[in-house]
Amino acid sequence: MKPNIFALPQFSRRFIPIWRRNFMVWEKMAGSAILGNLADPVIYMLGMGYGLGGMLPQIGGMSYMAFLAAGIVCYSTMNSASFEVLYSTFSRMYEQRTWDAILNTPITLDDIVFSEVVWAGSKSLLSGLAVLLVIWLLGMSHSPLSLWIIPLALLVGLCFAALGLIVTALAPGYDFFMYYFTLVITPMVLLCGVFFPVEQLPPLLQNVSSVLPLTHAINLARPLLNDAIPAHFLLHIAVLLGYVLVGFYVALVLFRRRLSQ
Amino acid sequence: MAIVLSAQNLRKCYGDQVVVDGLNLSIQRGECFGLLGPNGAGKTTTLRLMLGLITPDTGELQLLDHAVPQQARAARLRVGVVPQIDNLDPDFTVAENLLVYGRYFGMSDAAIEARMPELLEFANLTHKRDVKVPTLSGGMKRRLTLARALVNDPEVIFLDEPTTGLDPQARHLIWQRLRELTASGKTLLLTTHFMDEAERLCHRLAVMDNGRIISTGSPRELIAQNIEPQVVEVFGEQAAAWAQSHAARHAQRFEVSGETVYCYVADAQPLLLELQQHPELRYLHRPANLEDVFLKLTGREMREQS
Repeated sequence: MKPNIFALPQFSRRFIPIWRRNFMVWEKMAGSAILGNLADPVIYMLGMGYGLGGMLPQIGGMSYMAFLAAGIVCYSTMNSASFEVLYSTFSRMYEQRTWDAILNTPITLDDIVFSEVVWAGSKSLLSGLAVLLVIWLLGMSHSPLSLWIIPLALLVGLCFAALGLIVTALAPGYDFFMYYFTLVITPMVLLCGVFFPVEQLPPLLQNVSSVLPLTHAINLARPLLNDAIPAHFLLHIAVLLGYVLVGFYVALVLFRRRLSQ
Repeated sequence: MAIVLSAQNLRKCYGDQVVVDGLNLSIQRGECFGLLGPNGAGKTTTLRLMLGLITPDTGELQLLDHAVPQQARAARLRVGVVPQIDNLDPDFTVAENLLVYGRYFGMSDAAIEARMPELLEFANLTHKRDVKVPTLSGGMKRRLTLARALVNDPEVIFLDEPTTGLDPQARHLIWQRLRELTASGKTLLLTTHFMDEAERLCHRLAVMDNGRIISTGSPRELIAQNIEPQVVEVFGEQAAAWAQSHAARHAQRFEVSGETVYCYVADAQPLLLELQQHPELRYLHRPANLEDVFLKLTGREMREQS
């Protein structure tokens, strides 16, 4: 007998109790978590919006503040998912051995990895909602299309959760995550049009940017917040979904290799 | 009696290292079965195989009529596990730990709440119900882990070194609870390297080393099969020298370990008379126990790898 670590994922509803467990932990610190979700985007948007916005003319027919809003939505959801699946997931898997405890019940590793993706996606959804609330309150978007930001936040969250889990599955310790943040997340923030338009970059970097998930997220978010239907929206959605599916599968294979052999 | 767990020719390698090497085992309903062995003997890997957490290279496994690992999920539904390393949820209280764990088995909150008083009582933790886990003592954490393993009212309970790291009071309380479980008809499979624990609790034992079972039987049988019934321990600076010249004449077998000589004999009288001629030596005469068997079967040298 040889375990097939490349087998397709087997989903079951047994991931739900794990999601509820994580929610119970989150509930205990909900105050500070929600404050962070709200305060971070406010600080970014007011600081950068006024600081840079004052010096900049309009960008692509909108104020810098409105331009920035779409970037911050995607940036916040990306960060929220990434921190969750790197530090918190690693703690559950390695430090607290929560996964070991769960694996002794009728729950399988596939259920656990799925629960991690869904949980991180849920936290991203909340983070996206908080930013959207700030955007509405600051009057930076009046479009009903901005409601589409809600499912988009979930999709972006699932995408970066799946990608981050690959790193967690390979990590020997917490220090390893610095590589991911320094080599993947930070360049992504600068290349994908969070703070300035991608068109400002040299052609080579624009090509890199065009394959990165955050670019596609922002290409959806920015028109939606400015009352326009995004161009090529099916393509952007497909790319993000592709990252979710491939990222999840690769992460699952790596977790199986790490934990069930 | 019904067989609750059976393993045939179970084998598991990691690279070149054979961790479980052709293991055969069968455990009957209602018995407390002990798996003894030094560190690195393959006990924990054996438990992980039985739970279907890892796949054997070869061999057959049945746990509660389910083939493992193929139907491990269904088997685990009726099993409780007390792991070697504490993995309680530190963010939760005692009661929350039980609630969250019960949900993993698909139990409703009402069903878990209904079992809660009994579980807390069993673990002597009724008064700690709403206390967070990090403030519990080591013994309390172990008892909570035991209660957690019972939340689904399992038929079989796996315990991986259940009393390692506990003080004697805490250990005795765990032992008492495990005896109650056996008395109520549960099947227990425990690993340990405490011989007194194995001797007190287990109906049957298997001594494991290098991935193989090297002897099986009740504690008395193991002693009767493997070792002379009497032991005389001789201490003192001259003990080793005395052993070289005299011990073989009066003891079937003897072992020198530092300044102690262990003499294994069927009849201790001639040896004791001899020892009275040597006032410089101190000695202790006792019946052979499981620890003597264990050391004979697995050797006296240290096992450094875990």
